[in-house]
This record gives sequence, structure tokens and C-alpha cells, in this order.
Amino acid sequence: MTIRDLADILGAKVLVGADRMDQPVISACCSDLMSDVLAFVTEKTVLLTGLTNMHVIRTAEILDLKCIIFARGKMPGEDVLQGAEELHLVVMMAPHTMFTCAGMLYEGGLRGAAMDWKLSSHGADA
Amino acid sequence: MSAPALQKTYQVQHRDFGTAGEASADIKRMLRQLGVQSDILRRVSVAAYEAELNLVIHSLGGQLSLEVDTHHIQLSTSDTGPGIADLEAAMRAGFSTADDEARGMGFGAGMGLPNMKRNADAFDIQSTLGQGTQIAMTFNLS
Ligand SMILES: Nc1ncnc2c1ncn2[C@@H]1O[C@H](COP(=O)(O)OP(=O)(O)OP(=O)(O)O)[C@@H](O)[C@H]1O
Ligand SMILES: [Mg+2]
Repeated sequence: MTIRDLADILGAKVLVGADRMDQPVISACCSDLMSDVLAFVTEKTVLLTGLTNMHVIRTAEILDLKCIIFARGKMPGEDVLQGAEELHLVVMMAPHTMFTCAGMLYEGGLRGAAMDWKLSSHGADA
Repeated sequence: MSAPALQKTYQVQHRDFGTAGEASADIKRMLRQLGVQSDILRRVSVAAYEAELNLVIHSLGGQLSLEVDTHHIQLSTSDTGPGIADLEAAMRAGFSTADDEARGMGFGAGMGLPNMKRNADAFDIQSTLGQGTQIAMTFNLS
């Protein structure tokens, strides 16, 4: 799968990086809490989120993510789009809730990023 | 690898969400230029980012320092602020006292401290209530 396939499945509007859509996609994750993304994701996955501030861009920079999909038709600010351009990200906006976006992508064959964290009966252990 | 000695300290301001994360991004760029291998680079960057953001959100301000020598990368923070009442609870995955402002911005998963500990090869945290918190993390090179 490529980033372009994701855009097609979601009917998403590409906001940044229209010329970078042919990159391969391995997996996806979705969260509005960036520390969860920073903790549970180690591969270069696609990030699906409802959060539209710079924190998302900085998280993408720290993890070398290539593609961000904003759910619920949320339009990020100019600063976010500019930050994304500087990092050569692909950014798109999908006109569905996060749950529906995730379901559509899953149905299209995309799978979740491996969760790299020890789990015990007490929950996630450090 | 044999990295040249490097030392840099960043001042981190309380509640300055506009620039929060810039120190960590700078650290990542510098270490990448030094040729630090990608797995270590990712672990240091993630830990630096979580440490920096905790200073912004939970402390009244402080500093984040990076030190590199031939065998190690050290990250340390020192802040003035409320300190942490129950360190054991704070280290638990999911524990957070982040307020609504911070949560609305995507913080408050309660994953920062446990993730720092997990990513570092050595992790130490000291905190004094009403005064502040210090964290020292070491990452082994090679
Ligand atoms: N520098 C600090 N000064 C005072 N309290 C702190 C500091 N760092 C962490 N804490 C306390 O420890 C708790 C846990 O920190 P941790 O970084 O794990 O989670 P968080 O910052 O609340 O959320 P997240 O990091 O997932 O966005 C915080 O909610 C806060 O109560
Ligand atoms: Mg934190």
C-alpha cells in the first residue's frame, strides 16, 4: 500500500506533500495523546489523529513519521502545515471520525503498528 | 563510534507550548550529524522530548542538558517547581496530573516518565516537594 491508497480509501483531502504520495505504508496508529504514540510506536507508521497542533508535527519529527491523517475533517493551522512541509511530511484531512477512518483503512487491508511494550496483569510496565 | 565531546544546555520555559519540543528537535539534529545510529537516536530523541515537555507542563521552568562523549550520551533535566509527591505513582504508566489545558493539547497520557525510563540505559529521578525535580538519563553508545 502507498499513502495514495490511504487517501483514496478515505476520500481524504491532501493538504501537504501531494508529490510524496507514492511512499509505501507499513502500518498505522491512532491517538489524540502524543505520549501514547511516542511510547507505543517504534516503526515508521502513519498517524491518524484528531489533534491538530504543533505537538503532532513534533512527534512526527521525533519518530520520523511520514504521514499524518487528521480525522473529523479538522483543519490544522498554517503553522502546522508549514512545519509539515519543512519535514517533507504528507498531511491529509479525512471527513470521518477517527473510528470510521480506522475501520475504513483496516477494511482496506492496513493493520495496526506493532505495540512494543511489555504488558503484565497490572497493565503497561516501564 | 567515536563522537567528539559535546555539551549543550537548553532553557525550558513554563507553559511555552509554542516552542515546546524545539530543544529536543535540535538535540536530534545534532546527534544525527554526529552519526549516532538510528535506534539510539530514536531513544534519545523520545526521552528528550518527554523530559522537555514535562518541564513545560509540570514545572515552573528549568533546563535540559545534553552531554556526549565517546561512550555515552547523557540527558539531564533540572527544574524549579512543585516537585513530585509520590515518585512511585508518577513512574507508573497512565498516571498523570496534567490539567485540562495540557490534555487539550494532547498531553497527559501518563506515559512520559515510564517511556523515558524504558528508553534510557540508566535512569535516575530525584524530586523534592515544593522545590523541583532532577532527572539523569544515560544512553550507551555502541
Ligand atoms: N518536572 C516535573 N515536575 C513536577 N511534576 C512532574 C514533573 N514531571 C512529571 N511530573 C508528575 O508526574 C506525572 C507523570 O508524568 P508523565 O510524564 O509520565 O505523564 P504526563 O506528563 O502527565 O503525561 P504524558 O507525558 O503522557 O503527556 C505528571 O502528571 C506529574 O504529576
Ligand atoms: Mg509527561
